[in-house]
Amino acid sequence: MERALALKPDLALLARKLLPAFSLLLVVAAIAWLNPRAISYLGFNLMLNLAIPIILATLAQMFVMAGNDLDLSIGAFVGFVGCVAATWLNEAPLLGAAVLFGSILVYAGLGALIHWRNLPSIVVTLGMSFVWQGLAILVLPDPGGAAPEWLMAAMGFAPPFVPFPILAAILIAAATHFGLMRTSYGAILRASGGNAAAVARAGWSLLRIRMTLFGLAGLFGVLSGLSLIGITTSGDANIGAGYTLLSIAGVILGGGEFVGGRVSPTGAVMGALTLALAASSLLTFLQVPPDWQIAANGAILILVLAARVLIGRGKAA
Amino acid sequence: MTRLSDLLSERPWALSFAGAGLVWLAAIAFTGGYGAGGMITSALALATFMVIVGVGQMFVITLGPGNVDLSLPANIGLASAVAMTVMNNDDSLVALGLAAAAGTGLAIGLANYLLIRSLRIPPIIATLSASFIIQSIAIAYGRGLQIKPPDGFADFTNAQLFGLPVLALGAILFTVIAAIVLERTLYGRGVLATGQNMNAAHLAGVKVERVRAVTYALCGLLGGLTGALLAGYFRGASNDLGNEYLLASIAVVVIGGTSVAGGRANLPGIWGASLFLVLLLTMLNTFGVSPGMRLVLTGLIIVAVITLAGGRDRTRG
Repeated sequence: MERALALKPDLALLARKLLPAFSLLLVVAAIAWLNPRAISYLGFNLMLNLAIPIILATLAQMFVMAGNDLDLSIGAFVGFVGCVAATWLNEAPLLGAAVLFGSILVYAGLGALIHWRNLPSIVVTLGMSFVWQGLAILVLPDPGGAAPEWLMAAMGFAPPFVPFPILAAILIAAATHFGLMRTSYGAILRASGGNAAAVARAGWSLLRIRMTLFGLAGLFGVLSGLSLIGITTSGDANIGAGYTLLSIAGVILGGGEFVGGRVSPTGAVMGALTLALAASSLLTFLQVPPDWQIAANGAILILVLAARVLIGRGKAA
Repeated sequence: MTRLSDLLSERPWALSFAGAGLVWLAAIAFTGGYGAGGMITSALALATFMVIVGVGQMFVITLGPGNVDLSLPANIGLASAVAMTVMNNDDSLVALGLAAAAGTGLAIGLANYLLIRSLRIPPIIATLSASFIIQSIAIAYGRGLQIKPPDGFADFTNAQLFGLPVLALGAILFTVIAAIVLERTLYGRGVLATGQNMNAAHLAGVKVERVRAVTYALCGLLGGLTGALLAGYFRGASNDLGNEYLLASIAVVVIGGTSVAGGRANLPGIWGASLFLVLLLTMLNTFGVSPGMRLVLTGLIIVAVITLAGGRDRTRG
């Protein structure tokens, strides 16, 4: 159980905090070296095409993980939101908006259920992944539908100089960082993952905290599904299939941990960006055959975790 | 009500058998008694596969909070392809093929454990990363391969003795052996002790790391074996063969009354829960509900059942 202490503790802590940024820079540098033309306004726009929904799904997962839970249904939920957005939200905006709002309440309700009955969140959310996928198929049996005009317009926004996905990533990171790391209730939310008993004794309602964390996950899941449909312009019940794993990997890459309420919004955003870049662009430039791209994602995850152990914190597991 | 809860806390598996019985009655009430026996036969055959992976998953989950094997679906997919290749449509090579599938699973289980141990990462992310890599191997390996089982092997996996599937009889024997291993051997007691308190178990002289290694290896081996048997039963291997066993393997463990907090296992419950799940799907099929609705109902019923059955332990994750 001894730690492989290669660096002094404070230095190790700093190195660990910088690891997400370092991973991201490494991937960008590798891309720049392999294909210098990709490092441009147009290049980033193309490479980060799907980054915004991945970032939002990763943040949804991060909120759940802040309370020591895990959401294995986020991918199916993003798919469901996408199907609603491509059908009802377009044809009957009020109904669509009501359904999406209701689904956020369902998420908060799941948090309440998990807290009230003390259930394992992985089983509840695995079960819910079937529910969301089934609902998505009921809403949109075959791929198709059409995204609302305003959604496509919003996602097609092209600011000067800075590619939209990068601008959006910075804004989203700043907003969630402020909310979770700089407000007092944000600290309480994270503390519930660190020492729930202490938070309860200090007079905070653990039920309300769980509901807030899951409700936030639902909200960011909705935003992820909406942004995804704004980009793809049509829906598909399976469109979010890979997002569950991507979101967990993103939080971990961003320095988050499964227990202890140790999560970082800026880290999670960088983790999601790293994955978005590594998962498609880097592997394509490296000419990794499609068969091995899933494996490469797993390998990247393992490498980052190995790097963390080398830096000198190993006891979290 | 207290009587009922007393009964349930003494025999947590009773609920799953009662549920299976109720679902069966509902299904034959719908068909007017038609096919009641056939339904049980086919349910037993399908439940067999869930029981085998469920027992593996149960040993892993019993190791304590956070222990879970998410690589089972990928494991089953790869092992089914390996088994069919080695058997090469030749009945004399069946034993070799089964051994190869079991060996593949064993290697995957050991790889999982090595990731957990050497990187000190939570099993959930280790087995998840591993499953990415296994999936890729299965895709790359599975290109243009022999996927049909030899006729003799396919017939064997579908064979019946006095109206009972031969595989189910074998699985009943297997669960009896597993119960003896769990309750009466040093290793089994070690699993339970590790799950109750890893440090205490270590201090009491349990070789905790060896117990964990054996358990992950065992779970992998059972997954690999299931892959070969599934390929025989469905007369063909495929990478998607194991997809439904991610939720199923965890659900049967939890519904069957095994503690998600670890340290308390329940073998009879695995059978009850597997029959319950399989009969539930059969019932929904007999009712003729649409695929979307079937997913929604499956998910909701699983969440409802664990809300009723689970939640007695202090657990998260």
